[in-house]
Amino acid sequence: MENFTPISSLIGGGLIGLSAVLFMLLNGRIAGISGIAGGLIVPVAGDWPWRLAFVLGLVAGPLVYMALGGQLPAIQFPVSSPLGLIAAGLIVGFGTRLGGGCTSGHGVCGVSRLSVRSLVATAAFMFTGFATVYVIRHVMGG
Amino acid sequence: MNKIISAFVAGIIFGIGLTIAQMVNPAKVLAFLDLAGAWDPSLAFVMGGGAGVAAIGYRLVLRRPRPVLADIFQVPTRTDLNARLIIGGGLFGIGWGIAGLCPGPALAVLALGYSEGIIFALAMLAGFVLFEVYDRSLLNNKKKGKANA
Repeated sequence: MENFTPISSLIGGGLIGLSAVLFMLLNGRIAGISGIAGGLIVPVAGDWPWRLAFVLGLVAGPLVYMALGGQLPAIQFPVSSPLGLIAAGLIVGFGTRLGGGCTSGHGVCGVSRLSVRSLVATAAFMFTGFATVYVIRHVMGG
Repeated sequence: MNKIISAFVAGIIFGIGLTIAQMVNPAKVLAFLDLAGAWDPSLAFVMGGGAGVAAIGYRLVLRRPRPVLADIFQVPTRTDLNARLIIGGGLFGIGWGIAGLCPGPALAVLALGYSEGIIFALAMLAGFVLFEVYDRSLLNNKKKGKANA
């Protein structure tokens, strides 16, 4: 537990919540990243510019944070083999679209509304997330 | 135009939140998912903080007749549980557990130039494409089925 960071986690999480609330107030939409980004694959006229803008904002976020004087956290990729990354990316992309959301749309926005679908989806990805790490680290010993 | 600017700003705030919460660090995310190892519960505080702020904020915002820049609030209303939801969520968790990245952080980490992040994000986009292909083929089969019936 030496890396436990409850304060910065709460602040970061609070900002994510604030972004979601602001986006609902202004644009009337859920801030679900897989839905926003996934909706760009088959662009619909008039519907894609705001999606692209959100994604570009997300990409710019860490740079803006640095420009404001913030310090980036350490970033390490425990899995760095291209094969592992490609497999994981494919599964995350397909799975989040099939399940209609990810950690943001289901895990934060949906859970905050006590949406039954989001609570079930969140339970599903938390369970398989825990199970996958358990198998990789403690069964396969990787 | 305003809707585009507001989306950009919301994206920036979201990305800053992911950075401060260290969700852009796959090692941190995997330490949270590693219950049987040196468990780091921090991420529960990220989700809790996010959902807490959203719970209060949504309640206030949704009292308004409409959003500031749009005609209607587009809040999901479905309550049915189906296989897609559970299988999709379950699959997502497997990928998340392998690499320690979910869609938001995968995009936020892009500009920092890590090749691992770029490979993952490209594969994730390919996964999005795969889903559209799969979804459309299902739709076409349904249409064909109806035409044959």
